[in-house]
Amino acid sequence: MDKDSKDYKEQMQAEHSTPLHTGRGKGEGPLLSIKDLHASINGKEILKGINLTIREGEVHALMGQNGAGKSTLSNVLVGHPAYEVTKGSVTFKGKDLLAMSPEDRAHEGIFLSFQHPVEIPGVSMVNFMRAAVNEQRKYKGQTALTASEFLKLMREKRAIVELDGKLANRSVNEGFSGGEKKRNEIFQMAMLEPTFAILDETDSGLDVDALRIVAEGFNKLRTPQTSAIVITHYQRLLDYLKPDIVHVLLNGRIVKTGGPDLAQEIEQRGFDWIKKEVQTLP
Amino acid sequence: MNSNHNKSGLSTPLHYREGQGGGSATQYIELFSQCEAMICKHSAEVLNSPRAKAVADFQRLGFPSRKAEMYKYTDVNKLFAPDYGLNLNRLSIPVNPYDAFRCDVPNMSTSLYFVINDTFYKKEEQRLLPEGVMFCSLKEAAEQHPELVSRYYGKQADTGKDAVVALNTMLAQDGVFFYVPKGVVVEKPIQLVNILRADVNFMVNRRVLIILEEGAQARLLMCDHAMDKVDFLATQVIEAYVGAGATLDLYELEETTTATHRFSHLYVQQEADSNVQLGGITLHNGLTRNTTHVTLAGQGAHISLSGMAIADKRQHVDNHTVIDHQVSDCTSNELFKYVLDDNATGAFAGKVLVREGAQHTSSEQTNRNLCVTRDARMYTQPQLEIYADDVKCSHGATVGQLDESALFYMRQRGISEKEARLLLMFAFVGEVIDTIRLDALRDRLHLLVEKRFRGEMGKCQGCTMCK
Repeated sequence: MDKDSKDYKEQMQAEHSTPLHTGRGKGEGPLLSIKDLHASINGKEILKGINLTIREGEVHALMGQNGAGKSTLSNVLVGHPAYEVTKGSVTFKGKDLLAMSPEDRAHEGIFLSFQHPVEIPGVSMVNFMRAAVNEQRKYKGQTALTASEFLKLMREKRAIVELDGKLANRSVNEGFSGGEKKRNEIFQMAMLEPTFAILDETDSGLDVDALRIVAEGFNKLRTPQTSAIVITHYQRLLDYLKPDIVHVLLNGRIVKTGGPDLAQEIEQRGFDWIKKEVQTLP
Repeated sequence: MNSNHNKSGLSTPLHYREGQGGGSATQYIELFSQCEAMICKHSAEVLNSPRAKAVADFQRLGFPSRKAEMYKYTDVNKLFAPDYGLNLNRLSIPVNPYDAFRCDVPNMSTSLYFVINDTFYKKEEQRLLPEGVMFCSLKEAAEQHPELVSRYYGKQADTGKDAVVALNTMLAQDGVFFYVPKGVVVEKPIQLVNILRADVNFMVNRRVLIILEEGAQARLLMCDHAMDKVDFLATQVIEAYVGAGATLDLYELEETTTATHRFSHLYVQQEADSNVQLGGITLHNGLTRNTTHVTLAGQGAHISLSGMAIADKRQHVDNHTVIDHQVSDCTSNELFKYVLDDNATGAFAGKVLVREGAQHTSSEQTNRNLCVTRDARMYTQPQLEIYADDVKCSHGATVGQLDESALFYMRQRGISEKEARLLLMFAFVGEVIDTIRLDALRDRLHLLVEKRFRGEMGKCQGCTMCK
């Protein structure tokens, strides 16, 4: 750590010199601060020094080609056991995020909308969500919801993403269509009210109407304090979510950061020009 | 017979001396030859007459070694070797099960009966059963209705094929008799609680005979408990005859102790268009070997056989099933699931035999198992023998771990790893519980299974055993 601390300072300074942090929130320090994050899976390094600061209320878009490390970053942030962090630090609300269990990260307000939501046969949505909501309440020192309070909450939140009541009575994601699974992710987000959400290709596999429902659902849930990382290949989700900052990830590093117009430029020109830009750097 | 170490005066010790040749079978033969008169005196003629053949068979067979395919995963010899006491004098046991034991199934109105060791506990409930139905001591039934009992007793349980069955036939003195005459429907489920009770290491040999005549219907739940912290060795042979068009639900639930060894043989013979649902659940045990042998003898018979085991520590559960499709147009459906934790061992062998001419047989067998730790072991062996050409038979067996991606998904939602594991294990066995056709029992089992996974024994209200 000591050996690298000088590098950290330099990187931090470099980041703060960019005038892009025009977040809507009024928070003081950063909500999430990632410094020189290196991570690998099965011994293969995927993240090679990520630096990223997200303030309260900001929505950051993360773009990049397949294999650039976008999903790895989201998995590392939520503590997926298959990934090993080899270097760097992540602080969330001033706490060492990497030292927390996945469930405690969730309790602290981090939510991942999975790229591939998992089917869990035999576990009903009701039991699953009740366990999740009540464990979060326990963590916050609140009493568990009664059965009727809980079912009322389910009904209210379901309406936000227009999720069919029948789906809520089924096993978690079992037999759900691609669109229903993504809607179910946003429904769970509505139930858990996270302060920081990661949407990992939430738009993939969605038709135009489903995309609108999911994106509008997310916007309804958003408060001035809600921050998010939105991983996507396409502009159309960003049209709804209106990110404050757009990052391009290449080879495990953030190589370009810009405003919303950067996403539009990528939509038109692809990534090759950015690759060339990177290669021509000294 | 001496009873030096016998505190209660109830038991007859076996004469087992280590280092002497002959293996553990010898002590039982010696016991029988010394105590035959006493055994017979406290039983009935119908039960006594097959003993001679049983002894001869037992002597010839001896206990199977682990080389025997049938007992590959359960070391019978070793389990029968220790010195257990027996209550061959059948002295009455000073306990009132109705006071001591109030484990019940909430919201399930049952006719409740008890068997302590092998003794049927009388209560004035008999008249609540429909006209002609008998649920009573097997010994009494054999004395009062010898022609009826002898027509069925020992006809399926072949002493020539299995040493444990031979041993049970040789020593069993009593048990339960259940008879439902032609066309009678027993609406109320019957719950039979078997309690093992002794002050010394103890052996029990129990016998159950179930007869459902043509068109009869009945549901029976048998719960096994062990009341004391001594070592128990319990053998049980159940023979069920299900007449044409009759319907039988038979559920067995074991909640004993880690010092209990259970050997149960269940034989079912089904006539045409009969419908049988068997459910065997091992919730808590020491060592359990269940052998189930179903004979589909009449066209259009249907058997649904499901089983479930939850085992941890060094618990051992071995289910051996045979479904014999003897005639055409029968269906069988078999589902067994195990959850093995710690150093537990599970075994499942499922044989489906489709005999020549048993056309249009439909048979499905599934065995799925979860090994929660690296040290848990599961042995599974599906076996299909088909001698007919127009049949539909399938089988599948898996042994696996909990789905890691599902675990992580739940943890990301804030569910602790422990809770997430419980939810997954609970979901896994839920499929078996849902095959049970008694709503109240199904609900009760969901609760008991949850408690079991949470490391609590099935505690219930007002029961001395659970305190």
